[in-house]
Amino acid sequence: MKLVIAIIQPHKLEAVKRELEAVEVNLMTVTNVLGQGRQKGVTEIYRGAKEAGGLLNKVRLDIAVNEDFVEPTIDAVTRGAHTGSVGDGKIFVVELAQCIRISTGERGGVAIG
Amino acid sequence: MNSGDTAWVLTASALVLLMTIPGLAFFYGGLVRRKNVLSILMQCFIIVCVISLQWVLFGYSLAFGPDFHGIIGTLEWAGLAGVGAAPNSNYAATIPHSAFMIFQAMFAVITPALIIGAYAERVKFPAFLLFTVLWATFVYDPLAHWVWGAGGWLKSLGGLDFAGGIVVHVSSGISALVLALLLGKRVGYNHKPIRPHNLPFTVLGAALLWFGWFGFNAGSALAADGLAATAFVNTNTATAAAGLAWALIEWRHNGSPTILGAATGAVAGLVAITPACGFVNPMNAMLIGIIVAFVCYIAVAVMKGKLGYDDSLDAFGVHGVGGTVGTLLTGIFAQKAINPAGADGLLFGNLHTFGIQCLMLVVTVVFAAIMTFIIFKIVDAAIGMRVEEKNEIIGLDLTQQSEAAYTVIE
Repeated sequence: MKLVIAIIQPHKLEAVKRELEAVEVNLMTVTNVLGQGRQKGVTEIYRGAKEAGGLLNKVRLDIAVNEDFVEPTIDAVTRGAHTGSVGDGKIFVVELAQCIRISTGERGGVAIG
Repeated sequence: MNSGDTAWVLTASALVLLMTIPGLAFFYGGLVRRKNVLSILMQCFIIVCVISLQWVLFGYSLAFGPDFHGIIGTLEWAGLAGVGAAPNSNYAATIPHSAFMIFQAMFAVITPALIIGAYAERVKFPAFLLFTVLWATFVYDPLAHWVWGAGGWLKSLGGLDFAGGIVVHVSSGISALVLALLLGKRVGYNHKPIRPHNLPFTVLGAALLWFGWFGFNAGSALAADGLAATAFVNTNTATAAAGLAWALIEWRHNGSPTILGAATGAVAGLVAITPACGFVNPMNAMLIGIIVAFVCYIAVAVMKGKLGYDDSLDAFGVHGVGGTVGTLLTGIFAQKAINPAGADGLLFGNLHTFGIQCLMLVVTVVFAAIMTFIIFKIVDAAIGMRVEEKNEIIGLDLTQQSEAAYTVIE
């Protein structure tokens, strides 16, 4: 089991969701986050005072998948979020030690999908 | 007595109340961080309560009561003794004396509230209360008497201040600067940007200020007449010019016109036209709006950063500087053709009026600065003006008011 964490541009969320549904990855957690990468922040100006490097709005998706879904998930997120510019985001893949479905108590791979 | 005049002055009084709450409260409240918004709303709200009472008990009598050597009113009208339905011809012959009194009460309320912008996000609530009462009593009341009170020494000299450029804006603005310097910068001021937490609140507040200001300026005619209409038109014209000018200046200077800029410019325009609105023609009102936008922009966006004081919400940069510009320009653009009770300014060949305006300005700046310094030292010694650093970081809402404006989880 792996946890795929994707940080994407907020306006790409719908496209990414469509691509994930196409490869039958339907379960995810989505949060609004702030972040700063190669794109840097945006300069904000308040009464003439410039404040460079404000954090940018991003969307984070947490997707837990079984091994054979890892690559399709990565590909789907990439297809949905890619524009080729800095700021498109990043995908992190980490080991997932355990997964428990609270309603049934099921554990492991069967609890993920 | 004139029922139209009375109706207008009572309505105008309610409009001026609207300037403090919710106008100024939200204008300032949106500019602070989310952890301090309630402290600002509380300070504005409680000032309305406290100064309304101070005014009835003795403030009105000190400011407008029977003159004592041109420097202060006596306490003869304390508790509003003798201030009733009968008009007082020294101030307004066609409305009840009590209507004039309550109109002036709203001015007494908003003036100390303007100063909140200088000490926002770092003042102790009890210290704020004590400071406000002392400042209203020992700075606002005497100054109002000098400029507006029957027998006041600046009034006798012929100084022009139609609706309170000197008494309200210069006095509060200068006091704000002194406080900002004495109190020091907010924690972290130099290291990371302190951003407004809710600009829509600020715009809402600015719009309510603009709306209420018609009561402030046009109401100062104290009658529903041509002069009130003149003041109304000038107020709107200068404000529109200043709001647009500020947006254009920063568009050129920084690349984007901002709503905070347009709103700040509009408030600067309102401040500058305040002393002038009953004395100038509409084209000169427009010019006043444009000039004040330039000067206040420089004060707020350039000078403040260079000089390094933390006037949190630009109480000095907008009200002190804007009030000064307005007072001086009144001495230039005033004309008797607009208001026979006024005087001709520099532009109409009268140097004397301009001289008096400069004198009023210097007197007000020196008086307000010294008195604020003294009151600060007294309050600081008695209670301490500034909150502990730990409490400042946690925020004033939780540490001074024990409540929070926004919840993270329901």
